[in-house]
Amino acid sequence: MTLHATAPAPAVEPAAAAPAVRFNAVHKSFGTLEVLKGISFAVGRGEVVCLIGRSGSGKSTALRCINGLERITTGSIDVCGHVVSPDGRADLHAVRKRVGIVFQSYNLFPHLTVEQNITLAPRRVKKTAPAEARAIAADVLAKVGLSDKRDSYPEQLSGGQQQRVAIARALAMQPEVMLFDEVTSALDPELTGEVLKVMEDLARGGMTMVLVTHEMAFASRVADKIIFMHQGRVHEAGPRDMLSRPETPELRQFVGTGL
Amino acid sequence: MNYQFDFSFLWDPDNSYWRDILHGTWLTVELTLLAIVLGFTLGAACAIGSTSRMPALRRAIAVYVEVIRNTPLLVQTFWLFFGLASIGFKFSAFTAAVIALTVNIAAYTSEIIRSGIESVRKGQIEAAESLGLSRMQLLFDVVLPPAIERVLPSLSGQFVLMMLATSIMAQISTEELMAAASRIQSETFRGFEIYIVVAVVYLALTVALRFAFALLAWAAFPRRRRLGTPV
Amino acid sequence: MTFSLANLVYLLQGTLWTVALALLSFVGGGVLGLAVALMRVSRFGALRFAAGTWIQVIQGIPLPVLIFLSYFGLGVTGFDVPALAAAALSIAVNSSAFLGDIWRGCIQAVAKTQWEAADSLALNGFQRMVDVVLPQAIRLAIPATIGFSVQIIKNTSYAVVIGFIELTQSGKIINNALYEPFLIFTIVGLVYFALCSPLSNASRRLEARLRARGA
Repeated sequence: MTLHATAPAPAVEPAAAAPAVRFNAVHKSFGTLEVLKGISFAVGRGEVVCLIGRSGSGKSTALRCINGLERITTGSIDVCGHVVSPDGRADLHAVRKRVGIVFQSYNLFPHLTVEQNITLAPRRVKKTAPAEARAIAADVLAKVGLSDKRDSYPEQLSGGQQQRVAIARALAMQPEVMLFDEVTSALDPELTGEVLKVMEDLARGGMTMVLVTHEMAFASRVADKIIFMHQGRVHEAGPRDMLSRPETPELRQFVGTGL
Repeated sequence: MNYQFDFSFLWDPDNSYWRDILHGTWLTVELTLLAIVLGFTLGAACAIGSTSRMPALRRAIAVYVEVIRNTPLLVQTFWLFFGLASIGFKFSAFTAAVIALTVNIAAYTSEIIRSGIESVRKGQIEAAESLGLSRMQLLFDVVLPPAIERVLPSLSGQFVLMMLATSIMAQISTEELMAAASRIQSETFRGFEIYIVVAVVYLALTVALRFAFALLAWAAFPRRRRLGTPV
Repeated sequence: MTFSLANLVYLLQGTLWTVALALLSFVGGGVLGLAVALMRVSRFGALRFAAGTWIQVIQGIPLPVLIFLSYFGLGVTGFDVPALAAAALSIAVNSSAFLGDIWRGCIQAVAKTQWEAADSLALNGFQRMVDVVLPQAIRLAIPATIGFSVQIIKNTSYAVVIGFIELTQSGKIINNALYEPFLIFTIVGLVYFALCSPLSNASRRLEARLRARGA
């Protein structure tokens, strides 16, 4: 399947099968620079979708539009039954409660312990009782294999451990969708494995995931769908074996350079 | 509150207090400009001195800066004005005010310029030394220009603060703006009004001084004009 | 007459008033300054403008003028204004403009990614500020705030313009009787130095430590 920046026909689907995330002809400009030039794609429930492409292709921007960290210029994004629109702040809070994000630079809160980092949002946003929030923290920390680091501060942890805590922090909100923005790019090569393993476990567990990544091996192994972005457009999209038989010269070149 | 504002005393034909205010403002400007020029010179000298190879000089400058920065200008002024008079050195209030302000602002200026000097990279100095520049040439041609350019915003902020601080010189009866205001107040009992007027005058002086410094920076540092504030 | 124990006691009383005035001003200036800083980073343009104007105007008026304005301004309401109240109010107002500006800088110095992380976790603006930004901003603000407290102590000397008998005014009164200006103002200066110098040094040490950790 090849998509050349064409919008899919507005499918009429039953609510239960509605995609978790759907981009509808989304444009995004920074000043006069147009970064997204009308992109459309859907992420089904339980799907793992990898956005790949050169730096500057717009893949990170697209990801950050999903939870409104970047405001889109035109078009819309359906996220878990809510709409992210160019002007609307209205649904943003609802979207963010359902969507977790993990950043390249972890962005843990340095003044809080691992447990406090994880329990902050459940307690403040969902008004979860402290004891219950701590139980949730214990649960997600076990998932990322860091139960013994509960009382550490972020700076006492390695990069890989910090990133796993960041994943746990997002998971604690029991999100319907998880976004990963180049989460292994800031890590030393020997630390990427532990983070990728956690993500693979999540994918196997049925989590809906959208990833911006440079880990082609990981994408080929785990992704249900790969989207190759080029110059602000969806240039080629396909299943996980797409990388072994690229159709466009741009993707062929991208895969060929190993980036 | 049914207080009636009354600014009419300003143009009272018998006293024309606005002339007094203008005269006081002019003395404030004179005081400020003199103290800036003298204070900058002394402060730059101290900053250079604090990079000297003589430990005694460095130590003396450090003590001077610490003493000035940790005591109020007003106490320094009383100490100089009354103290020097008590051992026979009589100055006019204006001269005493200029001395006190200069001694005070030079300490702050020295600290600011020193931080600018310290931010000049080692490589610059090594390059200049390798080119055979003397110590003085190195200082005036390579180190000071970028140092001062970099700290110009801090310096102009400090000079504005000093301009505002000249208002305390009325305490040793320097006839500047505040002294004029005080006299007018005692004659008209329009304290609230007169100090509103004075506040506006000081605000205008602040804006003018900031503008003058921006202009000076523009004229003195062509690189900055083209490329903006250095980092 | 020579400088006596009674004179020293008088100076110490003045010192207590200086400290009291400084504390009152610091608390008042801190509360007002926090409001100014928060307004300065608000997403409402009108609040940002109001706080910005406040900072520019207050920083352009000499503190002695503010003291007179409070003194006469409060006086027109018909109250007999204690000099302490007029002085504390003015120094607090003055400090609010400087602290507000310092703290605004510290709030904005908290990495943008921290604000984004808070947003992504669905925290609202208030929660983001209180739980994420301010705790980090406070750490950044401590050295400069202690540094400014030195300024506040020195600023209390301006209360002499309305005759409030703090340390400097006590010195002046004693000097009027004894005429020993070098001795008396040296003692007065030393007391200020003893109050300010430890704070200056602490501020410098904390600043260096913060920079070492940040680098």
